[in-house]
Amino acid sequence: MDALLALWDGAFGSPFAFWSATLVRATPLVLVGLAVALAFRAGVLNIGAEGQLVAGAIAAAAFAQWLEAMPGIVTVPAMAVGGMCAGAAWAGIAAWLRRRFEVLEVISTIMLNFIAHALLSWVVRGPLQEPTGIYPQSRAIAEAARWPFLLDGQRLHLGFALGLVLAGASWYWLTRTAGGFRVRVVGAGARAAASAGGVDVARTSFGIFLVSGACAGLAGASEVGGVTWALYEGISPGYGYTAIAVALLARLDPRWVVLSAVFFGALEAGAAAMQRDAGVPAVIVQVFVALVILGVLGGRQLTERLRAQQRAARPEAA
Amino acid sequence: MTEDEALVLRDVRCSFGRTVALDGASCTVRSGTIHALLGENGAGKTTLMRIAFGLLAPEAGELRVRGASVTLRSSRDGIALGLGMVHQHFMLVPAMTVAENVALGGRGRFDPRATAARIVAIGRESGLVLDPAARAGDLSVGAQQRLEIVKALAHEARILILDEPTAVLSPAEASELLQWLRRFADGGGTVVLITHKLRDALAFADDLTVLRLGRTVLAGARAGLTEAQVVAALVGDADAPVLATARSETRSFTRRSAQRSADPFADAKVAPVLRLEHVTYVDARGVTRLRDVTLEVRAGEVLGVLGVEGAGQHELLRILAGRLEPTRGQVTRPARVGFIPEDRLHDALIPELTLTENLALAESGQARGRIRWDAVREATSSVLRELQVRASGTEAPARTLSGGNQQKFVVGRERRVASAALVAENPTRGLDFRASSRVLDEIANAGGSPPPAIVMHSSDLDEVLSVATRVVACFNGEVHEVARPADSDDRTPYTRALLGAR
Repeated sequence: MDALLALWDGAFGSPFAFWSATLVRATPLVLVGLAVALAFRAGVLNIGAEGQLVAGAIAAAAFAQWLEAMPGIVTVPAMAVGGMCAGAAWAGIAAWLRRRFEVLEVISTIMLNFIAHALLSWVVRGPLQEPTGIYPQSRAIAEAARWPFLLDGQRLHLGFALGLVLAGASWYWLTRTAGGFRVRVVGAGARAAASAGGVDVARTSFGIFLVSGACAGLAGASEVGGVTWALYEGISPGYGYTAIAVALLARLDPRWVVLSAVFFGALEAGAAAMQRDAGVPAVIVQVFVALVILGVLGGRQLTERLRAQQRAARPEAA
Repeated sequence: MTEDEALVLRDVRCSFGRTVALDGASCTVRSGTIHALLGENGAGKTTLMRIAFGLLAPEAGELRVRGASVTLRSSRDGIALGLGMVHQHFMLVPAMTVAENVALGGRGRFDPRATAARIVAIGRESGLVLDPAARAGDLSVGAQQRLEIVKALAHEARILILDEPTAVLSPAEASELLQWLRRFADGGGTVVLITHKLRDALAFADDLTVLRLGRTVLAGARAGLTEAQVVAALVGDADAPVLATARSETRSFTRRSAQRSADPFADAKVAPVLRLEHVTYVDARGVTRLRDVTLEVRAGEVLGVLGVEGAGQHELLRILAGRLEPTRGQVTRPARVGFIPEDRLHDALIPELTLTENLALAESGQARGRIRWDAVREATSSVLRELQVRASGTEAPARTLSGGNQQKFVVGRERRVASAALVAENPTRGLDFRASSRVLDEIANAGGSPPPAIVMHSSDLDEVLSVATRVVACFNGEVHEVARPADSDDRTPYTRALLGAR
């Protein structure tokens, strides 16, 4: 009971807990959750958001250092765009392998995750290491390159606002535009999309793969610019993997991705508090999260089956 | 009930959901013979043999193996009774060796050396020589099929069922396989050959069974049947000799294209809407599917296309519809040709999406910018109205419609997006008589000015004749016009054309 109370307090107990812990943790999950949701909607199983996020973080840190002398109005957009390009490029490797050699993206993206983390380890010990050369991390980025906070006295930053805008834009794009519709039909029935609609399935999948990578890359940039202000090895505690759960819980709907990300952000913020205040291992929360996902997926299967049974029970006339 | 009958299926019924796959299917296979099981795609050949092998349980009917009535719970029971099945899509583990694949279905301890010895022994006895240590994935397609047969022989199979065995083989490999099957049968084995290759069946089988729409329509010794009889049974000619057990359903279609007379459009002044000149198509495996086809279809014409499976009509229709580009030759066609593919749930509709979305699907390749959903919705409801599609509304998922209503919706959509030409492939597949009739009416009487050029293939001869103003027949990649006989009830010119005789 104490543990649950601590969990609640840590996530929602105070304005600070909500704005500076829960939502800050939710920020990367919104962006990466969108990356996963968009890809899955097109039937592209991009498990590599983790690696694309890391690539984005590296690029953002590099841009921040390179443009150190510039004002924030230049560095912050440069970090965002650089992160997105790096994420898209990292995803582009898997997208190209899929298109050219029919390599399954599930496998290639997971492998690329490991490579991205290895690359990160090297970068923070090599080209981007802080001047003293002692710690495996980069120099802190300049004040000007730090992403602006959204509220006075809270750690909530620009990244969250970008996440909300992107979620809205993704939803509009998927439901209202021809390009988004192509993504949906390719995901729902690629053969019919090609045969009845003349959709270039390979091109559509390739395109959405890059978009997905860009979203994940932006998450990496947002972490460096808004939270850590430096690049180090633990920049992502598996956000790319949690995001798969975020996207599935949201049933791949961009609007729900926001809520689902906040839910997972709250659990993580609460878990940290729970471990600190009640001495309950944070792992318990991971167990809980796993149960939630299984419950949601199982529940969906169950409702589908019940619906199918109802359909079978009353056969309609031809 | 004699020892002579290796495998008997009697009055088998089997359905999947609301689709009846088999009803009144019977088949008697004599020991020591090659028995061809013929039928168009979807006639139920594979389903019937899956029941014989124990992979499916029938709802009704009797199964006898070597005279004894049996009930099979799984393929394990089938294997125990000496049955072996080689599926159309091989069931091999590519990364494993030949020996491991052979051992896979067995029980107990895997002894690589004993298995390898067994494979070598089988190779010596049967001539199906394989290297036990080779990886299955590295074998040629022909060798993979040999491996499938060796797997069955390793389990002491005496009755081999092969599903479309020659479909993936080169002509040389195919004839080698058929010769081997003959030797196997001569040695006392029994072979069931599921095939749609009429010529293989006629040339190699001792007995034939023809399935049509899940029912046995013809059965007997090859020697006692004429080619014309077999073809007539395949395409559902009402005059074909029908088994006494099979209820004869007269599917007579009234002529639908009465108002379309062939003569005015034969006028060369009307420019053809669709035109193929010396078109050849070679598929990815290097098989020539169409050979130097020249063809014209004018506005207002309904071109009926005949052809048994694999004769080239599949590729012909797709080239006319712009879904396939020819290897050689010239194609003239409008920018957009309406296409009603045979597999509507995979190629025409997305079952999970709503009808409105499925209407937008037809334009999704070209569309740019915003989609005006209210306009699409309006168009959808007018399609539903015009074709009297029974659906709960424009937002109903396509899967909630019955097959007939799905097809009417597809016809309406394709007529809407492409007014100049319409290509339909087996548009009545899986529909009941009433729904079939409605769909054919809608295709044949598609209006407009100028009226569209229409091309329709059906595996049902009567259907083709009921809508067509002209008829062509595909045979072995060649396409020839069939002259309309003086007597409109005379079917012989058509059945002869299906056999390649002119």
